[in-house]
Amino acid sequence: MLDNQNTIRLIDDNGLRVDGRRLDELRPIKIEVGILDKADGSAYLEHGRNKILAAVYGPREAHPKHIALSDRAVVRCRYHMAPFSTDERKSPAPSRREHELSKVIRESLEPAIMSEYFPRSTIDIFIEVLQADAGTRCAGITAAALALADAGIPMRELVSACAAGKIDGKVVLDLSDVEDKKGDADLPVALMPKSNVVTLLQMDGSLTEEEFVQAMEISTGACRKIYEMQREALRQKYHIVKEQEKEEPSEVSA
Amino acid sequence: MSTTRQSSPVAKLEQKTITDLISKGKRVDDRGTLDYRPTTITLGIIEKANGSAQVYLGKTKVVAGVKIETGTPFEDTPNEGILTVNSEFVPIASPNFESGPPDENSIELARVVDRGIRESKAIDLKKLCIEAGKKVFMVFVDIYILDHDGNLIDAAATAALGALVSAKMHEFDVKNGEPRFKEKIMSLPMKNYPVSITSAKIGGAILLDPCLEEEQVMSCRLTVTTDKDNNICAMQKGGLGVLTPDEIKQIVSTSIAKAKDLRAKILPNVT
Repeated sequence: MLDNQNTIRLIDDNGLRVDGRRLDELRPIKIEVGILDKADGSAYLEHGRNKILAAVYGPREAHPKHIALSDRAVVRCRYHMAPFSTDERKSPAPSRREHELSKVIRESLEPAIMSEYFPRSTIDIFIEVLQADAGTRCAGITAAALALADAGIPMRELVSACAAGKIDGKVVLDLSDVEDKKGDADLPVALMPKSNVVTLLQMDGSLTEEEFVQAMEISTGACRKIYEMQREALRQKYHIVKEQEKEEPSEVSA
Repeated sequence: MSTTRQSSPVAKLEQKTITDLISKGKRVDDRGTLDYRPTTITLGIIEKANGSAQVYLGKTKVVAGVKIETGTPFEDTPNEGILTVNSEFVPIASPNFESGPPDENSIELARVVDRGIRESKAIDLKKLCIEAGKKVFMVFVDIYILDHDGNLIDAAATAALGALVSAKMHEFDVKNGEPRFKEKIMSLPMKNYPVSITSAKIGGAILLDPCLEEEQVMSCRLTVTTDKDNNICAMQKGGLGVLTPDEIKQIVSTSIAKAKDLRAKILPNVT
């Protein structure tokens, strides 16, 4: 990792990154809500070259029954990468990384879900990474939060996620694949933006305390931007439905 | 698939006692909120392993062993040795541990310890190359949880570091792509000494090094691993609770200071 750093420059003389972005610039994000027919809720998200599909089933009967909790819904989460999502084929069997990510993603979304409304049931969250380009856990959380909202599950608020990191000694936002591999640090953060609380926090690499504080600031700032995009995507999906509902009663009376 | 855990077996009454105490700035075992439990480490307890360490963190007991073997390097790092960290939550450690393949908690623990060692570049993996692209040394760190009284991540990370520091192998030169071992014994090429410090949030309070009872009522935890130069090299939040940015900054500052103390205490000879 270290010797590549000297040969490849990740920030050019104009302060721009390999893909032409500024240090604090997000990759382009495209969101669609409710794109699967059978799922109770779903969302498709493109974040740079990441392509992520999230689906939510539930609240539904707990199966097997012994996993049920008497005071709240059980939330289950599976983060999975498609075999064709990476440069080299990834075995479809869940890796240790996917086990860990399924856990931290569940823990990042569960604080937002009002699971106490649905005792003895399960809420299942499935995240499929169709193409991976660094930052899949954050993109997965952003998509899954929308799928939960699309399923009509009561939530305290949305969860938005984005990573910050360090490349060529500088703190930057939203690492791309090459920056993640050759860079010095990665800090994925998930935020409930309205109450300003962090629900996911991981870090690997090397950061001083000052750099960490700076990275936290730009990643939470980006989470707020993504939050606005999530709201817009939900509006796109649901304002049409609302108009249709308005028309229906008039038809009945006629 | 990751599933919401069954709620803790701590009775509701006991749960209330613990949270009430903490709201008064006290703890079940009479510690202050920022007191770390007494930590002792014994190196080299397993003669057949290349390196080993036993750690007591309060009543939590963890053993880590290091085994060094040869193998094929990864394609993207052809001239580096390989580090593998694995953990076993053996059933003797807790009534809630079952035999079988590692669950998500065990995988998370091993991966957090792995990240600390890997990202701080604790081992100079380049010195463990035998023939680039063909043969390298593989360092296996196996963590055994023997008694679970909370804060397994810190105890495991400490034991893993101790086992690596104590690890010995024969000096070698390379002939025809095969290592030829000499009589002389050497230590693993260590460059850094990462130490993990875990804090828990209970009610509105942040406390260091949660014991098992506290873990069962905590809303979440945050582990911060720092290297010998006080840089942060790994972090992991766990649990269903949330942390404000200010709480996180506070935990990071305390963790950096505590890690320094703990490193000097457990490894006085190397730091």
